[in-house]
Amino acid sequence: MLRDITLGQYYQADSVIHRLDPRVKLGTTVLFIISLFVFQGFGGYLVAALFLVLVIRLSTVPFKFMVKGMRSIVFLLSITVIFNLFLTPGEPIVRIWKLSITQEGLRLAVLLSIRLSFLIIGSSVMTLTTTPNQLTDGLEKMLRPLNKIKVPVHEIAMMMSIALRFIPILMEETDKIMKAQLARCAEFDSGNVIKKAKSLVPLLVPLFISAFRRANDLAMAMEARCYRGGEHRTRMKPLHYEKRDYIAYMIVICYLVGGVAAGKLMPLLLGSVLL
Amino acid sequence: MPIILDKVSHIYGADTAMAVRALDNVSLVIPDGQFVGLIGHTGSGKSTLVQHLNGLMKATSGSIYFNGEDIDAEDFDKKRLRSKVGLVFQYPEHQLFETDVFADVCFGPKNLGLSKKEVELRAYEAMKLVGIEDAYFYQSPFDLSGGQKRRVAIAGVLAMKPEVLILDEPTAGLDPKGRDEILDQISRLKRETGITVLLVSHSMDDVAKYVDRIIVMNKGGVVYDDEPGEVFRHCQELEKIGLAAPQVTYIMKDLQDRGYDVSDEITTIAEARDEIKSYFTRLGAARKER
Repeated sequence: MLRDITLGQYYQADSVIHRLDPRVKLGTTVLFIISLFVFQGFGGYLVAALFLVLVIRLSTVPFKFMVKGMRSIVFLLSITVIFNLFLTPGEPIVRIWKLSITQEGLRLAVLLSIRLSFLIIGSSVMTLTTTPNQLTDGLEKMLRPLNKIKVPVHEIAMMMSIALRFIPILMEETDKIMKAQLARCAEFDSGNVIKKAKSLVPLLVPLFISAFRRANDLAMAMEARCYRGGEHRTRMKPLHYEKRDYIAYMIVICYLVGGVAAGKLMPLLLGSVLL
Repeated sequence: MPIILDKVSHIYGADTAMAVRALDNVSLVIPDGQFVGLIGHTGSGKSTLVQHLNGLMKATSGSIYFNGEDIDAEDFDKKRLRSKVGLVFQYPEHQLFETDVFADVCFGPKNLGLSKKEVELRAYEAMKLVGIEDAYFYQSPFDLSGGQKRRVAIAGVLAMKPEVLILDEPTAGLDPKGRDEILDQISRLKRETGITVLLVSHSMDDVAKYVDRIIVMNKGGVVYDDEPGEVFRHCQELEKIGLAAPQVTYIMKDLQDRGYDVSDEITTIAEARDEIKSYFTRLGAARKER
């Protein structure tokens, strides 16, 4: 039932990538995504592919977990490909009825699908190797400068981690209440839409009440421990960069330079075969 | 209607690396009209077991028969089963949702498709059975005290007129007074209606006073299944699995060890009182003879 659903897709392992500072991983992911849109031509994407393979190998996460994330965008991907394939004006290659596939369309479709799938795989690597808590910690530290312009960075990060922490709890609670109402012969999956919606009331009301009760308890527990927000608050596991993090940054810079260079050089080397 | 469990096993997350065997080859017969206590330490499989009895969970292997019918059969009516085997969950007050107490108790029988009159009659009877006074009928269930809320929730299950009533830790989180009231009420209900009651608990003191039979579970299996007096004889083994005999049983055992001629099969304070009284009578009689 509901308990089988796992949220957040962290893959437990002890690899270099797992041990990297979350800020490095966040920053790299953002840079990687930008790079996918900056790189010109196939040379750049070849470098991006090599970079991805390297990171995935280092992370020791089985490749099938990355592909899992791809499943959700198959629909989006196919629509983009089809539209680009048929609706880009240019030199026609194949003609089907009134539609024609153009050379430019083919190139754009391939580029876009590479971009999209790399984007998904790249961000999957980050979520697979970083726990949600590490992510919010990293985000908090990265966005700290925004404090200067009165953005409550710590509070936002705290809200995020609480929300993430509550997801499994509320799932379990839903399962429990559902069972309790089923034991009173409730039916959740029969009748028309209106009946179905109505049948959710006995589930949602207790769920909301329990969520508020838990929120109340948590607030009380935090106050009892004198929690009063981000200022002067120290951490149990403070984030600080180590040697491997600097090395990671260097690799990322090399990747960016390599990607741009490859994009420029490739057409020169191969003539305009692929262009 | 008797419930028969035949080699029932349940494994959580069967295909994953984290598979947990929650029930391991459990075979039991629960005949009509019995008052059964199901006892075990946290994580011993009690709650998993009771959720099998009304078809909320499906056994990984083994079968369960209700009134001679296999409850996992394709054509078996699960809804009817749930109305016959009423299950009151832990902290049942968390399931309340209606605007007033009476409407909430009506929820169960209404789902059975009964007429409005019949629904209200059953709800009224159920509320009387658990001792909710008329003054509370049209209050919001959320304004009641913890013990009252729990009674309303129990009435919500009773209103379906189950033939078997299962209560999963009905006293959890209640103060001693609330605990005794709920247990006394359940015991009275049992006497008045003659239904089968299965009381799940981890406290021997709670259960010993009321039940005819105790089933002790540990690590998903049944360890003891006997009358209370017999089960509590194994108090050393019970301690090993994180349970204990009622305190009064320890006192009687201690007395026996110190050379007093009393029985150690005592499980309630009333029994202990009678046993000690009779000990003195016997002593007096023996002295007179001398």
